[in-house]
Amino acid sequence: MNNKRLVNILFLFPTVFAFLMIIVVPFFFGLYYSMTDWNGVSPNINFVGFQHYAKLFSMPDFVHSFVITIGFTAINVVLVNIVSFALSLIVTSNLKLRNFYRAGFFVPYLIGGIVLGYIWQFLFNNIFVSMGKSMSITILEASFLSRPESVIWAMSVVNTWQYSGYLMLIYVASIQSIPASLMEAAQVDGARYVTRVFHILIPMMANAFTISLFLTLTTSFKQFDMNFTLTNGGPATRFMGSPVKASQLLAMNIFDTATANKMAEAQAKAVILFVALVVVALIQVAVNKRKEVEM
Amino acid sequence: MSNLNLIGRKGVGGNSRRIARISLEAATILLFILFMVPFAMVVLNSAKTSKEIIYNAVAMPESWGQLWTNVSLIFGNRTVDYLGAFVDSFLITAISLLIIVVFSSMAAWVLVRNHTKWSLWVFMIFVAAMVIPFQVLMYPLVRWMRVLGTFLNFKLLGTIPGIVFAYLGFGSSLSIFIFHGFIKNIPYELEEAATIDGCSHQRTFFQIVFPLLKPIIVTVLILNGIWIWNDYLLPLLVLGSNGAVQTIPIAVTAFAGAYLKQWDLILTSTLLAILPVIVLYLFAQRYIIKGMVEGAIK
Repeated sequence: MNNKRLVNILFLFPTVFAFLMIIVVPFFFGLYYSMTDWNGVSPNINFVGFQHYAKLFSMPDFVHSFVITIGFTAINVVLVNIVSFALSLIVTSNLKLRNFYRAGFFVPYLIGGIVLGYIWQFLFNNIFVSMGKSMSITILEASFLSRPESVIWAMSVVNTWQYSGYLMLIYVASIQSIPASLMEAAQVDGARYVTRVFHILIPMMANAFTISLFLTLTTSFKQFDMNFTLTNGGPATRFMGSPVKASQLLAMNIFDTATANKMAEAQAKAVILFVALVVVALIQVAVNKRKEVEM
Repeated sequence: MSNLNLIGRKGVGGNSRRIARISLEAATILLFILFMVPFAMVVLNSAKTSKEIIYNAVAMPESWGQLWTNVSLIFGNRTVDYLGAFVDSFLITAISLLIIVVFSSMAAWVLVRNHTKWSLWVFMIFVAAMVIPFQVLMYPLVRWMRVLGTFLNFKLLGTIPGIVFAYLGFGSSLSIFIFHGFIKNIPYELEEAATIDGCSHQRTFFQIVFPLLKPIIVTVLILNGIWIWNDYLLPLLVLGSNGAVQTIPIAVTAFAGAYLKQWDLILTSTLLAILPVIVLYLFAQRYIIKGMVEGAIK
């Protein structure tokens, strides 16, 4: 019995140790640093209380980042889920090449945000613009990335392109777990295709929607890589009477704050991001769980 | 695999069915092309000179030979060691995956089979930690790794063992969660029988349980593999933007930073970054899709 106990401890040790050192300790340090004057240069770190938190919501750049991150997330939740659900219907139909399509739609997810950010920067700034000029389509002649009012939408398009193949797989798995006889019976009864999708398929897929909405919410809220290489926060715009970066999402705002050696302030912003993420996730899961029961 | 015949079942219905089917086919092809256009543009423009791209980014390249010129320009580049970054990325991903799979499955097994309050708590803490965004941890982590490195007299920042250790920490939550769910459904009688036959506790895991985990290991490998291979911020902070150890995403940003708006070189570098992933995907597509689906349902 003693041997068993020793083995258990040895088996747990590597992972628990790494988890403590990499997640738990930095997490509590992070909470503490957000209440200090840490600037990344001076070795002396002094406690200053909630000073950083108190001024965060009167800082135009932070409020702006917060607002556009919520906007970006809202657009994505709708766009990504509609597109991926549509894709899942396509690849579970009886098209001959359905497996080929399924494999293809998933490819963008394999490419990291850094690399695809550059690719889409090229598409938006060069391809679309040159197409606009050669075919004289006015709306394309200036890049979507250089206009404050369209840049968030442009990022959502890229985000949709990246994630819908992945969420499609979740929906496909859910569709395939529904007994085919159910849909066939409805068809025999004369229910039209659209009716079948809305009255049978979607209600039976509630669980898949919970997972997908949760994933879209959290990944959009934390988005950094693609934001960094696609726009790097630009273009410039004005908010609350101050100049701000039109596409600087929360994660990038934190990154830029830390790059400017305001480490403690960046840390306070990160804690706000953490709290927002927890609140959003809890509400979303609670709402969806209730829906699942009702259906 | 059961496919729902949602649209246009063969042999049923009349003309309207056929029209619906044909329009679905056409819409799908169009959508598929739309999805693939970005990749096509990368390939097209990787085979052009900077001048050609500025002149016409959509046209076919004048000569595909330019692709090799661009590729050799990148591999011969002095500021960014592309080949080195590739090797480092490969090593970091491979070693991290190996360690994550072995150690997390060991830990998950102990947590499942030990019916104590403790093991439930440990498991809950691992799972709860998944909501912590990287941004809260990243700067304290770098500071802490420097301190820890000095204390252990082992350099954690800027080294492959250091970043692998970090990946074990970050990857453990999801991996333990997935293994935990799978091991719960393995009948305990198997292990009991082995113990009665005199099999030691550790051997029971490695010889009985671990081989049974094969399907779920694929899932853990793929979920973590895609993440680690493409990860940017952690390597940037732990390895630095021009340290001795580099990863592909860092090399691509270094390239784009050094050759601002020189799209011929930037696009070729992205093409080279994508290529290994696509090649792997072509060979292991079935496993990757299956692994992703299992991971998603969990």
